[in-house]
Amino acid sequence: MATTASSFMDSLFQRTLDDLIKGLRHNLIGEQLFISKSLEDIRKEIKSTDLQTKSIALEKLTYLSSIHGIDMSWAAFHAVEIMSSSRFSHKKIGYLAASLSFNESTEVLLLITNQLRKDLSSTNEFEVNLALECLSVIATIDLARDLTPELFTLLSSSKVYVRKKAIAVIFKVFEKYQDSVGVCFKRLVENLEGSDGKSMSAAVGVFCELAAKDPRAYLPLAPEFYRILVDCRNNWVLIKVLKIFASLAPLEPRLAKRIVEPICELMRKTGAKSLLFECIRTVVTSLGEYESAVRLAVSKTREFLSDDDSNLKYLGLQALTIMGPKHLWAILENKEVVIKSLSDTDSNVKLAALRLVMTMVSEDNVIEICRVLLNYSLKSDPEFCNEILSSILFTCSRNFYEIIVDFDWYVSLLGEMSRIPNCQKGEEIESQLIDICLRVEDARPELVRVGRDLVIDPALLGNPFLHGILSAAAWVSGEYVEFAKSPFELLEALLQPRTNLLPSSVRSVYIQSSFKVLVFCLHSYLLNNEAHIPSSSPEKLASGVPDTVLGDGFLEASVITAPKSIVESEHDADFSPGASNHGVSVENDGEDVIHGQTSLSVPLEKDYFTRESIIKLLDMSEMALGPLLESHEVEIQERSRNVIGLIELIKQEITGPLVKKETDDMRDEFKALNMIRLICDGFSEELGPVPVTAQERVPVPEGLTLVENLCDLDTIFADMNLLTQSSLILGTLNLGETTGGSLSDLQTKDDLEPATESTSLLSEHRKRHGLYYLPSEKSNSLYNAYPPANDSLLQQNENDHVDDLVKLTEQSLVPKKKPSHAKPRPVVVKLDEGDVPITSRKLESEENLLSGAVRDALLGNEDKSTSAKVPCGKSSSKRIEKGKQSVDVPSESNDNAADKGKADVGKGSSRRSKGRGKERKHKSGVKGGTQREGNGQRENLKSSRTSKHKTHHGAVDSVNVIPQTPVIPDFLL
Amino acid sequence: MTMIHFVLLISRQGKVRLTKWYSPYSQKERSKVIRELSGIVLNRGPRLCNFVEWRGYKVVYKRYASLYFCMCIDQEDNVLEILEIIHHYVEILDRYFGSVCELDLIFNFHKAYFILDELLLAGELQESSKRTVARIVAAQDALVETAKEQASSISNIIAQATK
Repeated sequence: MATTASSFMDSLFQRTLDDLIKGLRHNLIGEQLFISKSLEDIRKEIKSTDLQTKSIALEKLTYLSSIHGIDMSWAAFHAVEIMSSSRFSHKKIGYLAASLSFNESTEVLLLITNQLRKDLSSTNEFEVNLALECLSVIATIDLARDLTPELFTLLSSSKVYVRKKAIAVIFKVFEKYQDSVGVCFKRLVENLEGSDGKSMSAAVGVFCELAAKDPRAYLPLAPEFYRILVDCRNNWVLIKVLKIFASLAPLEPRLAKRIVEPICELMRKTGAKSLLFECIRTVVTSLGEYESAVRLAVSKTREFLSDDDSNLKYLGLQALTIMGPKHLWAILENKEVVIKSLSDTDSNVKLAALRLVMTMVSEDNVIEICRVLLNYSLKSDPEFCNEILSSILFTCSRNFYEIIVDFDWYVSLLGEMSRIPNCQKGEEIESQLIDICLRVEDARPELVRVGRDLVIDPALLGNPFLHGILSAAAWVSGEYVEFAKSPFELLEALLQPRTNLLPSSVRSVYIQSSFKVLVFCLHSYLLNNEAHIPSSSPEKLASGVPDTVLGDGFLEASVITAPKSIVESEHDADFSPGASNHGVSVENDGEDVIHGQTSLSVPLEKDYFTRESIIKLLDMSEMALGPLLESHEVEIQERSRNVIGLIELIKQEITGPLVKKETDDMRDEFKALNMIRLICDGFSEELGPVPVTAQERVPVPEGLTLVENLCDLDTIFADMNLLTQSSLILGTLNLGETTGGSLSDLQTKDDLEPATESTSLLSEHRKRHGLYYLPSEKSNSLYNAYPPANDSLLQQNENDHVDDLVKLTEQSLVPKKKPSHAKPRPVVVKLDEGDVPITSRKLESEENLLSGAVRDALLGNEDKSTSAKVPCGKSSSKRIEKGKQSVDVPSESNDNAADKGKADVGKGSSRRSKGRGKERKHKSGVKGGTQREGNGQRENLKSSRTSKHKTHHGAVDSVNVIPQTPVIPDFLL
Repeated sequence: MTMIHFVLLISRQGKVRLTKWYSPYSQKERSKVIRELSGIVLNRGPRLCNFVEWRGYKVVYKRYASLYFCMCIDQEDNVLEILEIIHHYVEILDRYFGSVCELDLIFNFHKAYFILDELLLAGELQESSKRTVARIVAAQDALVETAKEQASSISNIIAQATK
C-alpha cells in the first residue's frame, strides 16, 4: 500500500518532458547541473511500478540522451519493460528509446525477441511499424534468424503500409542472416513485380543496396528493372533503378544497349536535377561506349557547369572527372570553366576541379599542368594549397613516377614546393626525395643540387613543417656528396648555427651527413696529394690496409695493377662500368683520379683541397660540433663524438710540426689516407635491395633453429655503440660478400664470405639458385644479393636508432643498375614484388556470402516463380530438385550455357552448425571455387527451406554443390 | 549505396535538436561526430555547396530558418536526391506543425522522430507522399491520445491508487 501511494505521489508531482525542456531552456542553475539533477529524478522515477510514471521518465531520459548525449544504456531493461506495455503510448516511448539507444551489444536484446515477434504479428499496423523500425536499427544475427518467419509473413501482408516497411527491413535481415534470403527472396521479388507502387519502390530500394555490393547476382532481374525504368514516373524510384543499372550494365553489354535509349529519353524530359544527374552519371560510368548518349550527357553537364548553383557546378565537374580518361574532348570543351573553378569560392568546387585536372595529367602535359597548379597554390588559402600539393605529389609518384620523364625537373619541382610558405607536405616530399634518390640514379646530381639549396637556406630551418624535407636533403647531400659542386659550402651549411632549431632526429642526420662530407673532403684531399707524390711502394700501401676489411675488388686490383689504380679500384664497387674507367685512369695521370671517383659530377679543381682549406674545415667542424658533445640527446652526442674523434685523429696526421721532412709527412698522409679510405669504403657501400618478401623465401637451413623472439639481442646490443660502428659493420659485411655489379661477379664474391655456418649454407644456396634470389629481370637492373639472414637481423637490431640507414633498409631498394644514358627516361628501379604494396587480396566477405545466397535464391526462385515474364528454361533444366536433402548432385551439371566461370565444384561438402545459422564453409584449396561452393550450399539450404517454409532451423547435412550463373532471358537482349 | 548514415538537426547556435543514427555509432562517437560536424557546417558561408566532404563521407546539409538539417551519405551518392529528401521532411514537418519553427521541434522532439521514421526506414526513403505521412502520423497521434485519456481519467487514477 505504501509503495503504491508513493508511486501515486510520484506520478502526481513528476516533471513531464515539457517541464524538463523548459527547465533546460531557462537554465537557471546551469545546464550540466540541471541535467544531473533531472537524471537523479529519472533514476528514481524509472523504477516506479506505475508504467505511466516510468514511461515519462524514460521519455525524458531519451530526450537527454539524444539531444545532450547522456548515456542511457543503463536504462535498457526499463525500455524493454515499457515496450511490452499494452498501451500504445507507452509502447511508442519504449520503442523510441530502444531504437535510439540499443546496439548489437546491448544485453537485453536477448529478452526482446518475443516482444518483437508479438508486435510484428500484431493486428495493429502501428505496433507492427514500431517493431519493424526497431528491428531495422538493432537487427542482430539472432534476431534476424528468429524473426525471419514473421517478416516472411509481413512481406505479403495485405496492408501496404506494413508490407513496404517489412521490405525495407528485410535488407538488414539479409545482411545479418544470409539464410533468410532463401526464405524471403521470392516474396521480395514478387513485391518488385507487383502492381503496388509503394512496395515496388521499397523493393527497388533493397535491390539498389544489394546490387551495389555484388551486381552480378541480380542480372536475372534486369527485365523487371527495365520495366520499371520505362514505366515508372516516380523520380525517387527512377534514381534507384538507374543506380542499379549503373552497376549491372558493365556486366552485360546487351543490357547496356537496351537501356541507353530510355535513359536518354529521361535525360531529355526530366525537370528534376537529381534525376538528371543520376542519368548523366549512369551514362558516363556505365554507358561510355554510346557516343550519342555521352554527347547528350556532356551537353547536360555543361548546363550544370554554367549554373550559379555551386552544387550543380560541383556535380558537373564530378561528371567530367568520371568521363575524363575516355572522353578527353568533353573536358577540353569545358576547359575554361574547369580552370576558373580552381579559384571558386567554394572549396568543394575547387577540389572537384583539382581532381578533374589531375585526371588529365599525362606524360606530355605534366610539366605544364604542375606549373599552373603551383601558381594556383601560391594564391590559394593554406588548406587548398596543400590539397594541390598533395595531389601533385600523389599523381606524379603514382606507379613509380610513371608519368615523369624529366626527373631533374621533378626534383627541382619538389624543391620549389618545399619553399611554398603554406606547404605542410613535408613528410611526403621527404619520402619522395629519398625514394627518387634510391630509385633513379640519374637524378642524383640534381637531387644533390636541390638538397644543397635547401640545406643552405637558413630561413627554412625555422619552419617545423620542413624539417622532414631538410632531413632528406641533408641525407641526400651527404650520401652523394661526390656530386656536390662545393663540399665545403655544404659542410658549412650542415653545421650552421641555426641547425639547433632542428629536432634531434633531424639534427643527427645533419651530423651524420657532415661526417660523410668531411670524410669525402679529406679523402679527395689526400688522394689529390698522393697523386703528386711519386709512388714509392705500392705493396706497403696495400698491406697497410687490413685484408678483412677490404673489398675483394680492392684486393685484386691492388695486387694486379699499378698503385694508382688502388684509388680506382674501390670504386668498382660503386660503378659497374668501373672496368672501363679503370683503364682510362691508369693511363692518365693523377688528374683523372678524382674525376673517376665522381664519375658524373663536375670535375673538382685540383687545388681545391689545399692543406689550409682542409685545416680550416676541420677547425670549423670541431667548433660547430664541440658543444654538442654535451648534448642530452644520445644520437647527437654520439654522432658528434664520432666526428670529433675523427677530426682529432686526422689533425694529428695532417698538421704535424710545420717543419718536417717531406717523407715523414708523406707517410703520415698515407696513414691518414688509409684510415680515411676505410671510412670512405664504409660510406660508399650501398645496401642491397631486399624485397619485403625476400626473407620469407630463404629456406631455413637444416640444423638451424630460429628463435621466435629476438629480444635477448637487445641486451647484447644495449651497451654497444650503435652509431658509426654499425654503419661500418654494415659496410664491411656487405663488402665482404656482395659488391657485385654482375652475377658472375657475385659468384666469385660469394667465396669470400665470412664462413659462419649458416652463412656458408646460405651462400651455397645462393650459388645454386642465384637467379631466383632477387627478381631483377623486369627492371633490368642488377642488385646486390642481400646479406645472410642472420646478418640482416643483426642489422635490423642495430639500426634501430640509426635513422638514415634505417631509411635505406626501409625503402628496401637500391638502384644498383647500369646507367642507361641511351634511354630518354632514366631507369626507375622497382622490385618486382614486395616493393609494390601487396594488392589487397579480397577476402570473401559477408556481402559476397549474401549475394551468393541471393543468387541462389534468385535462380531457384525463377525456376519456380510464377512470373511468366522470366522464361529461363535453360537454367531450369539443370536445377537441383527442390526439397530433397542430402542429395549428391554430380558436378557435371554445370554445362549450363550461361555458366562462364569454370568453377571447381563438388569438392567439399558443407556443414552447417545447427541452430546458430552461421555458415561454416570448408575452405577448399581451390580458389574461386569457394564462392560458388558457398552458393551451391546455400542453394541447397534454400531448397530445403522452400520445401518446408518456416523450418529454417533444420540442419542440412551434407550437400553437394552446383554452380549457377544468372541467366538473362533472351527476349530482353 | 543509397543509405543515409545519420540525420542531424543542429540549430544555428550549435544546439542539437535531433539525432538519428542508421549506422552503428557508439555514444562517444556520436558526440564526436556532432561536435565535429556542427563546427564544420555552421561555419560555412552562404551560397556554397550544400554538402561537405567529411571523413570519406558526404554530409549534405540545408539551412531552414535557424535550423541546419544534415544527412550523411556515402561519397559517391546523389547529393541532390538527399537535398530533396531533406526538403521533403521539412515540408512534412511544416504541414504537421503548421509553419514549423525550431520551438516546435524542441518541445515535440519525439514527434519529429516519429515523422522521420515514417519518411525514412533503415536509412532509405520510405514514403514519398506527404499526404500519406500526414495521415499516418495523425492516426498514430489519435491512438496515443486515446491511450492517454484512458490513463489520465480520474477513475483510472483512483483505481491505480487503491489497487
